Amino acid sequence: MGNVINIQPVTRIEGHARVAIHLDDTGNVADARLHVQTLRGFEKFCEGRPAEEMPRIVCHICGICPWAHHLASSKAGDAVFGVTPPPAAVKLRRLMQNIAYVSDKILNFYFLAGPDFVIGPDADYSVRNVIGIVNAAPDIAKQVVHMRHLGARLLEGFAGRAIHPTFSLPGGVSKPMTETERQEMLPSARELLEFSKFTLQFAKENVFPKYMEAIKNIGVIKVGYLGTVSADGALDFYDGNLRMMQPDGSYEDFTYDQYLDYIGEHVESWSYQKFPYAKRWGQTLSLDVAKPDGVYRANTLARINVADKMATPMAQAELEEFRAAFGRPAHYTLLYHYARLIELLQCAEQTVELLEDPEITSREVRAKIAPRAGRGVGCVEAPRGTLIHDYETDGDGLITKVNMIVGSTHNNAAMNLSVKQAATTFIKDGKYDQGILNRVEMAIRAYDP
Amino acid sequence: MPVTVTEDWLNACAGCEISILNIGDPLLEILPQLEFVHMTALVDHKLHGQLGEKTEMDVPEAVVAIVTGGIRNAEQKHELEEIRKRSKILIALGSCAAYGGIPAHANMWKNEEVFDKVFRHCTSTDPASDPLDPNIPPWTPSCVALDEVVKVDITIPGCPPHPDWIVEALSALLSGGSSWSLPERSVCDTCPVIREQKSGGGGAVKRCFENLEFNPEEGLNKMRCINEQDVLCLGPVTLAGCAGKSGAPRCIQARTPCRGCFGPIRKGARPMVDMMGSLTSVGLDPKTVVDRRAIMNRYIGGHGFLTPLPARPAR
Repeated sequence: MGNVINIQPVTRIEGHARVAIHLDDTGNVADARLHVQTLRGFEKFCEGRPAEEMPRIVCHICGICPWAHHLASSKAGDAVFGVTPPPAAVKLRRLMQNIAYVSDKILNFYFLAGPDFVIGPDADYSVRNVIGIVNAAPDIAKQVVHMRHLGARLLEGFAGRAIHPTFSLPGGVSKPMTETERQEMLPSARELLEFSKFTLQFAKENVFPKYMEAIKNIGVIKVGYLGTVSADGALDFYDGNLRMMQPDGSYEDFTYDQYLDYIGEHVESWSYQKFPYAKRWGQTLSLDVAKPDGVYRANTLARINVADKMATPMAQAELEEFRAAFGRPAHYTLLYHYARLIELLQCAEQTVELLEDPEITSREVRAKIAPRAGRGVGCVEAPRGTLIHDYETDGDGLITKVNMIVGSTHNNAAMNLSVKQAATTFIKDGKYDQGILNRVEMAIRAYDP
Repeated sequence: MPVTVTEDWLNACAGCEISILNIGDPLLEILPQLEFVHMTALVDHKLHGQLGEKTEMDVPEAVVAIVTGGIRNAEQKHELEEIRKRSKILIALGSCAAYGGIPAHANMWKNEEVFDKVFRHCTSTDPASDPLDPNIPPWTPSCVALDEVVKVDITIPGCPPHPDWIVEALSALLSGGSSWSLPERSVCDTCPVIREQKSGGGGAVKRCFENLEFNPEEGLNKMRCINEQDVLCLGPVTLAGCAGKSGAPRCIQARTPCRGCFGPIRKGARPMVDMMGSLTSVGLDPKTVVDRRAIMNRYIGGHGFLTPLPARPAR
């Protein structure tokens, strides 16, 4: 038995994980695993809670993507109670989701994953971070802080809370938008759109070209994809059909309530995080990098791959350019960062579109609900991937059963494969340094929100 | 000389860290005064050596430690104890660190019941034995707040805490202070709604099946108190401050009731008892609150507030 390299904690990701790389006697990689170390037990402790309280309980699963859980839960609640939220409620939910995602994607690109590219993967760890960015590019850092603050102010100003919201409930939302609020929010939304355009341009000109070699090497695996598309095949964060794509690009669409036919979850003794796999393909899960079985990915690159098109014009133009360069499906793991910025553009464009739609100020924002026994599956695309909430209630509308598959969990198998691929590629004959170990972590950061 | 800081999330969701980033412009003024010797969320310092060579956790020395999340497993407990040993001032940031938070709902069951559900009775999961590999830490007997394990010097509650208070507490420390706390006021003390000291309806507390009554064109000062609209609001027994230094309580701004995310108004309070008294005083029957124990202890399930119920005869 050789040496174990213990990367603990994995840093600049959202979550609690460590990587153990096992070296054999020659100093080459025998195995590498991502150990997810925390479990909270939401699926158990939501039992007994009133279904209408769920959107404001489960948002606490993730402080970076609370809006995703908040909305998936509201949609599961809509289905449990058998109601359709009024059109303005859906528009307001979509608006909040888009604003939250803009902030989120800006955070990831500049402050979480960004330092690997802007400061460089081999830079000393003490400067390869947000403070390094502040020193290296103070004007951009100032803008990023400003834009994130702007996003939070938009959410709070209208919906009370940016983190762990209470605004959406089964049946709709808690309050309508006034015309004054709509007018006041529009200039900020346009500011976010301008900055989103700038960010994508900046990345295409100054960041990605320098790292083409890394993109072709770090964490590369060839697996399937999962995402949500609207009726016309466009990428949709809020609603639509789920689409599961095989590694060769062929795909099948299915509705939310069919998810159990397509996805199973496997448990390994060495991680609290489960390993979802494509049950539909009739394969059991295999974490062999050379021949992975049953593995699919979710999150930005997956959505970009499964969608026929983007939902907004500027994002669509970017997708066409992306596809011309990398094809469909594109498999390079670091392209998650590129895909994230194309999505950023769609979210920002949709934020402006929704605020320009006068129907968003309708006073009809909540369908009345009444307790009943039922089941409801609600899904949205969370920043990290397809989010599935499946609830059952008793006659009093109290939760009896919860099943959830969250964005990052879909990628558990893929992250393990990417970690193994990166470790095997870069660690040779016992030789490694901090830059090499950071490249292993870069393979994980690609899958972050 | 910048002040050294260790920041880490334990049984946490990252919302507190996002709240730090949401400080906005003052963040860029504070950052140069702090030196983060460890911060999992943003800095690549490792607790097992930069080359992954250490077999024991090595927490750096720091003047200030900011810890988010409660304690849910053996490794988090060990890390908290190490952080305590190596820092002068320990800040519990957020309601999980302060009170156990939402994850302390799990305290209503035995650990084996939670594991049995998660690994053997989730619809999409292929049933398996509990993950017991030594590479993942076992659960502690319950989910607890930081001060149930070590001495905490400063508590900044909230789910999430408001950036204003993070700035104020850090500024107090940077100018040489060693303590900070929120004033003991209730959410109601900062809430502008109309109160008539009696419920509008009669007796039974309503669930949130329809929206509150209000005119969206008018401010909160024209809306009737939520409890007086017969809907449970934990404002009377919850510490004020969720909206920062100014502004109405956040959930009320959303025209939704408070669920107590800033925790009790003072140490040693019994929010559930007090809330039942408060409902009675406006003419509502507290026994009609559905899921009463969990809803009234939503963010404070540590400190023994939530425990497994004795088995009840089947209905």
